[in-house]
Amino acid sequence: MIPLLGTAWHDVPGLLGPAVWETARTVLIVMSVVVLVGGPLGLLIFNTSPLGLTPNRAVHVSISWIANLGRSLPFLVLMAAIIPVTRWVFHTTIGFKAAIIPMSVAGVAFFARLTENAVREVPRDLLDVGVASGSSRWQIISGIQLREALPGLVAGVTLNVIAMIEYSAIAGAIGSGGVGYLAVNYGYRRFDNNIMLACIVVLIALVQLIQFSGDRVVRALTR
Amino acid sequence: MIEISGLTKVYGQTTVLDGIDFTVADGEIAAVVGPSGAGKSTLARCINLLERPTAGSVVVGGRDLAALSGRELRRARREIGTVFQSANLLRRLTAAQNVALPMRHRGLEDAEVRRRVGDLLERVDMLHRANHFPSQLSGGQRQRIGIARGLALRPSVLLADEATSGLDPESTRSILGLLTGLRDELGVTLLVITHEMDVVRGIADQVAQLDHGRIVEHGSVVDVVRRSDSPLSRALLPMPPTPRAPEGLALWTLRYAADVVSPFWLSRASAQLGDLALLSALTEEVGGSSVGRLTVGLDPNQDAHRVASVFEALGITAERQIMGGIGVVAGAAGETAA
Repeated sequence: MIPLLGTAWHDVPGLLGPAVWETARTVLIVMSVVVLVGGPLGLLIFNTSPLGLTPNRAVHVSISWIANLGRSLPFLVLMAAIIPVTRWVFHTTIGFKAAIIPMSVAGVAFFARLTENAVREVPRDLLDVGVASGSSRWQIISGIQLREALPGLVAGVTLNVIAMIEYSAIAGAIGSGGVGYLAVNYGYRRFDNNIMLACIVVLIALVQLIQFSGDRVVRALTR
Repeated sequence: MIEISGLTKVYGQTTVLDGIDFTVADGEIAAVVGPSGAGKSTLARCINLLERPTAGSVVVGGRDLAALSGRELRRARREIGTVFQSANLLRRLTAAQNVALPMRHRGLEDAEVRRRVGDLLERVDMLHRANHFPSQLSGGQRQRIGIARGLALRPSVLLADEATSGLDPESTRSILGLLTGLRDELGVTLLVITHEMDVVRGIADQVAQLDHGRIVEHGSVVDVVRRSDSPLSRALLPMPPTPRAPEGLALWTLRYAADVVSPFWLSRASAQLGDLALLSALTEEVGGSSVGRLTVGLDPNQDAHRVASVFEALGITAERQIMGGIGVVAGAAGETAA
């Protein structure tokens, strides 16, 4: 057995730095899509439910079904299954761009559910305050529902960001770049323990930092 | 003024409200009472139009609000302010922001909103808590903010749905004082939905009892309290419990019947009837006149007609307690046998 040398420690930052930036960029772009699409979708799911402002069974059931679809496949399978869409949009099936589509699909479905849960926690009686004083539907949603659910929504975003970091690492399998790609290509395929260790430390630190900041914001928002 | 007529609400097969007719005049305080499950909360939700009545009308200011829909209905809801049970304040807004919410949604200008929020908080005596969050306020204080918010859009009718339930007696009293003040000073018509009879006795001009979705009894509070044997009358002013009756006394139930009963009636009656044992008594001020329920003991050999007429001359209705009398006799016989 030939002992394999890991990347020298002084070379690690040069590899890891760009990878962390890649991961951050991917997660940031995906999260924008997730909040902008998943949030309204979650509001729609809740408000068309029997407990919502405008119950509508048909809309509720169909959107709920679509959101479940995005969450029912393991991410690796979803990523593979969605390749035709990815190719159609970006004309490529590997790299950073290719990861955006499956991550967004999974993230949107996840955040729709998180949003639904967050607004469900707002007591129905508070919505009635708006209805009884003649507020419009949008005023009730933005002024009461979203405002009261804000701590829950921030907790949801925190959870979702962490899930997206995890997915970005899985997306490393299709060469998306980022910390996950580095860990797979160097740490796993080349038995480069130094890189593997560095990736693990960075990922743990990243996740801890995000969870900590998220909790702080939630606490500041809760009255 | 609010006129409710033929108000009916049916959920599937269940008729929750069955042809409710009820009118509250301008500046009047009306109470609707009833056991839980009688349809009180559904009635409240139909009146503030959170629920569409299946049939019937809710007329405020000459307009049938229940017949409207869409944008018109939204506007109509502003005619009726609601004070909710446990206030329903938004947790992430300060007291002042909570009061401002309906005005902001109404699209009022900033300066106007600020001015009115100040006025309203002052009216409910909460100006010093304007920047507190609901979690920093007591239940009674929260309800004061809830009342200020209910008044924010200057409704002609204020609906209080169990507004004092769950408050301690002290807070309840102060909230009731506040509501009465609103009527006296702003001329707001108040419709109070409650299961607490103290509230009715404390502030209402008229009262209606709801049971199984129908109004089974109603009238002015003073009239209802004086009614001899109606369930609502007994609920409003229960007969105080009589301790074990002394032997050899005939028990009489007395009820104030006249608007004015001389405070010296007891000694005057005694002057004509001889010894008069006061066994239990409840006298109270309701709607500006005194009401009373008492049990007294008299010599059984007294002529019943004479006793009744003596009390009648004093403005008091007297009835011989037949059941009580038998009870005493049976008790005495039992003791003799032993």
